[in-house]
Amino acid sequence: MDRLLKILFFAVIVRPIVFIVLGLNLRGKQNLPQQGPAMIAANHNSHLDTLVLMSLYPLSKLHRVRPVAAADYFLKNRFLSWFALNCIGIIPISRAGRQRKAELFAGCHQALDQGDILILFPEGSRGNPEELSEIKRGIYHIVHDRTDTRVTPVMMHGLGRALPRGEALLVPFNCDVIIGNELPEAETAEQLVNGIKESFLELQKYCITCRQV
Amino acid sequence: MFNIPPHSFYAMLVVLGLLLTASTSRLILARRKPDKDYTELRQRIQSWWWMIGILFVCLVISPTAAIILFAFISFLALKEFFSIVPTRQADRRVLFWAYVSIPIQYYLVSIGWYGMFIIFIPVYVFLLLPMRMVLIGETKGFIHSAGTIHWAVMLTVFCISHIAYLLVLPIENPEAGSIGLVIFLLFMTQFNDVCQYIWGKLLGKHKIIPKVSPNKTWEGFLGGVLTIALVSGFLGPYLTPLTFRFSLLAGLLISCSGFIGDVVISSLKRDLEIKDSGTLIPGHGGILDRCDSLMFTSPLFFHFLYYVNY
Repeated sequence: MDRLLKILFFAVIVRPIVFIVLGLNLRGKQNLPQQGPAMIAANHNSHLDTLVLMSLYPLSKLHRVRPVAAADYFLKNRFLSWFALNCIGIIPISRAGRQRKAELFAGCHQALDQGDILILFPEGSRGNPEELSEIKRGIYHIVHDRTDTRVTPVMMHGLGRALPRGEALLVPFNCDVIIGNELPEAETAEQLVNGIKESFLELQKYCITCRQV
Repeated sequence: MFNIPPHSFYAMLVVLGLLLTASTSRLILARRKPDKDYTELRQRIQSWWWMIGILFVCLVISPTAAIILFAFISFLALKEFFSIVPTRQADRRVLFWAYVSIPIQYYLVSIGWYGMFIIFIPVYVFLLLPMRMVLIGETKGFIHSAGTIHWAVMLTVFCISHIAYLLVLPIENPEAGSIGLVIFLLFMTQFNDVCQYIWGKLLGKHKIIPKVSPNKTWEGFLGGVLTIALVSGFLGPYLTPLTFRFSLLAGLLISCSGFIGDVVISSLKRDLEIKDSGTLIPGHGGILDRCDSLMFTSPLFFHFLYYVNY
């Protein structure tokens, strides 16, 4: 039932918005992980980021793609939390930092054990439109003791113009979605954070919507 | 429902025949040289099938369907323009109103209100958008933004809507109907690109504007102009109300303005240091890459025709 709801939501509402109202300049589609367990690390500018990344997958695989999202934001009221859990299928995570790591990431590990593909925004929040914020280390704590999960970096640009933080009016823009190669296994958190940051900057070179005159 | 005027019907068959020839030649080529990579050629031809297929289906269904198609093309082109040309974050709401001009402009086309169609964007949108910008109040980069936004709307909405207006003009050549005008304009514009390319490949020596487009030559340009003028001279009386002489002139106009449109969009991309304006049409690039010449040929051909015949 949930699966059907999700498919309907994406087929009727999300996909027309992503592919017609917006529009993607997609590069590196062959790098997109097709089988879980896997982790996508993307930069974050807009609520649309999640919807765009999920639209890259066929409807039949949608239930396997799980965005990791802030519990304090998405579970703040009943409607939003019903929507986030059932229509999108998020894995809620607490940003308060009072929990122990094992507890904190239990939901993520459970999903990865099932063979799901996780979407994570290592910048933590959407920040200023189209600016990269500092990359947080949480992602390392999820993947470092798993031998089966690799991180695929994805750089997006343009969505922060289409629907930036705090705006309700969606303005059509094409956006770049550049999918990089899987990152090698990292020894330390710094190594992983730097690896993600470097590949974001590298992938940014292929964006065509961020030129300055 | 499907009463296509005979001349337009035959023209459509010829175009489909050309496509079929292109596809078969590609297959033969691929079989003769199996080790060569023809992916781009294949994508290009496949995309042509899609574009022409969608156009013909809309033209055949009804003028309204075709007007909606051109409105959608304007939307895609405007969106692509705003996406690659830098605009300020503060202008988001202004851009929204620029998009709103599309349904209004094409509604004016559909009811055939010529007087309003021709001034709506150059007068009303031109004056209203800066007013909306003032209300937002961001003055840094104001001039640059106002110029960019209006140029974008003129090129992608105003210019392209002229193709749609051909469909609501009174019919003066009943054998070809209004579909004939659209097919004539689109075919001559695209054929001009092809001819200039082929003549340039065959004889090209003297560069015409090396700074913008190093592959464009005088030989390609002149060869294209002559070929198009001649073909247009013979095709014009068949598909449009124009006589042989005026068709010849229309061909000259389409060929020269098509060239200009092409290099104008090239300069824009060169300024932004990008190769293609998007990835919407496999093998071709973005919609602006495909409509570059058309944005210049449509209004010029339209007003030539309008002056001569209406």
